[in-house]
Amino acid sequence: MDAIVVEELTKYYGDLCAVDHVSFNVRRGEVFGYLGPNGAGKTTTIRMLSGLTRPSEGRALISGYDVLTEAVEVKRRVGVVPEVSNLYDELTVWENLKFISRLYHVPRAEREGRIRELLEMFSLWDRRGKRFRRLSRGLKRRVILAAALVHDPEVLFLDEPTTGLDVVSARGLRSLVRELRGMGKTIFLTTHYIEEADQLCDRIAIIVRGRITALDAPEGLKSKAGARYVVEVELSREPPQGLLEALRRLGGVETEGLHLRLSTDRPQEVLRLLPEEASKAGLRLVSVRTRGITLEDAFLELTGLSPEVMRMEKGGG
Amino acid sequence: MLRDELEGIYAILIKDLKAYYLKPPNISWGILFPIALALAFTLRNPQGLRDLAPGLVAMAALFGTTSMEAIVVTFEKRVGALERLFMAPLTHTSILLAKVLGGAVFGGFISAVMTLLCFTLLGMRIPHPSLYVAGLSLSLLTLSALGALIAFSVREVFEAQTLSNYFRFPMIFLCGVFIPVGRLPLPLRVVAYMLPLTYTVEALRASTSSPVHLSPLLDLVILTFFLVVFLLLTHRAMRRVFD
Ligand SMILES: Nc1ncnc2c1ncn2[C@@H]1O[C@H](COP(=O)(O)OP(=O)(O)O)[C@@H](O)[C@H]1O
Ligand SMILES: [Mg+2]
Repeated sequence: MDAIVVEELTKYYGDLCAVDHVSFNVRRGEVFGYLGPNGAGKTTTIRMLSGLTRPSEGRALISGYDVLTEAVEVKRRVGVVPEVSNLYDELTVWENLKFISRLYHVPRAEREGRIRELLEMFSLWDRRGKRFRRLSRGLKRRVILAAALVHDPEVLFLDEPTTGLDVVSARGLRSLVRELRGMGKTIFLTTHYIEEADQLCDRIAIIVRGRITALDAPEGLKSKAGARYVVEVELSREPPQGLLEALRRLGGVETEGLHLRLSTDRPQEVLRLLPEEASKAGLRLVSVRTRGITLEDAFLELTGLSPEVMRMEKGGG
Repeated sequence: MLRDELEGIYAILIKDLKAYYLKPPNISWGILFPIALALAFTLRNPQGLRDLAPGLVAMAALFGTTSMEAIVVTFEKRVGALERLFMAPLTHTSILLAKVLGGAVFGGFISAVMTLLCFTLLGMRIPHPSLYVAGLSLSLLTLSALGALIAFSVREVFEAQTLSNYFRFPMIFLCGVFIPVGRLPLPLRVVAYMLPLTYTVEALRASTSSPVHLSPLLDLVILTFFLVVFLLLTHRAMRRVFD
């Protein structure tokens, strides 16, 4: 049985369709990425899958339990790391985890051992007596991750786990996610960082305006983009139509000012043709770079969105 | 499972007491508020204080239960901590009961301080202590449930305050503390009998052997009725919080 089964799941907020008939399955032990810009419906999906918000239409099962009719059973089996740090400022790290362990019915005899194990795994043991309020953002996120694991859930939901973290904390958190995957947890993670999805996820669903526009392994998404290489060129002045026409025979061309981006399966031919065409058009090549296609390129082609849209933080778009 | 639910209620209750209610500023408010209230009435009206005592305790119960609880719930809603409770494997009923108990315990503390003041300073005597405890406990739960209803129905802390005052001030003026319900003009008397605090005052008066209008048993039955209605309405309001 799959860990998560989602069929035509939909959520309306008034007239707004925040999640629009999405369907997918998440296999046991898989890291499944939900990649999309702000407002795409990622958090709303997690809220429905964790039994917090009722779906308007469709259905979803977690380990076979229906999120609508068996919410308590679902909640026993999932751990959620929400977007905002919502533990109790006034309680210490230890007290917070103790509270959560009671809330999730961890047997009394196992509580302290479990909490200690998690605190050690997350390098938080020395800080167990600190009030939550006093922790840095990165540490808070780790405590929240620990809190989501206290009851040893089968499925873990991570809502933008690295958003707002500095580079080092974000890297630390990603390696924790990999560790958890190694322990066999099923992980559903949302992100608007394309790189992050590429690094962490076995499969990725791209969600835009409430709809899933593509779903595949990162490599699969890259191959769906239709080309394996990207040639990036900087020119001495804006390219004339003639040059673009010539290049279009070898792949997809996009320009932005003096920059030209060509996705192609034939990079050798591009490199041969470029200098000829440039001198014909009377301009210089300032720089030329060939690289393999990245998920970001694929994302761009599959969604028509620019990577800039994805980099916008909350409130920026 | 019932055991799990009870454990959850207890955990939330203890956490709320620790994180909010039993913070030093709230404790001192809980002591100063009854003193200020008692003093205000002593200075204004040195006679008939014994008569006023049940009303003072009722007011302490009303403010003690509704004030902090509304803040706790709306605050938790805003910072996302309430969401954490709703994510836990607990029924809404258990979360509701935990929140209502928290308010009732804090209101109970303030009412106890007030009772002590009335006993030592105003010469209040309680010939029927079990009726006193039953009436006060039931009132604390009922008023706390009203506080929860208000808190779960609004978005912001200030809305909860405003809405609470819509209920609190009419209750105080009509519940029989200042003017006996029997002497109110008929329309106001009808309103008075629609307010739970009226029955709190009645029950407490009966336990102190002051003159009353209704049988104490009826007071308790009606308070229970209010409690159930408030709980049901709050339960419905909770379903909409995260939808
Ligand atoms: N409680 C709510 N009431 C009304 N609209 C909401 C609510 N929650 C989310 N939305 C809207 O639904 C859409 C999806 O939101 P969300 O799931 O938070 O997106 P994401 O997590 O991908 O940024 C957004 O347009 C958002 O404004
Ligand atoms: Mg979100």
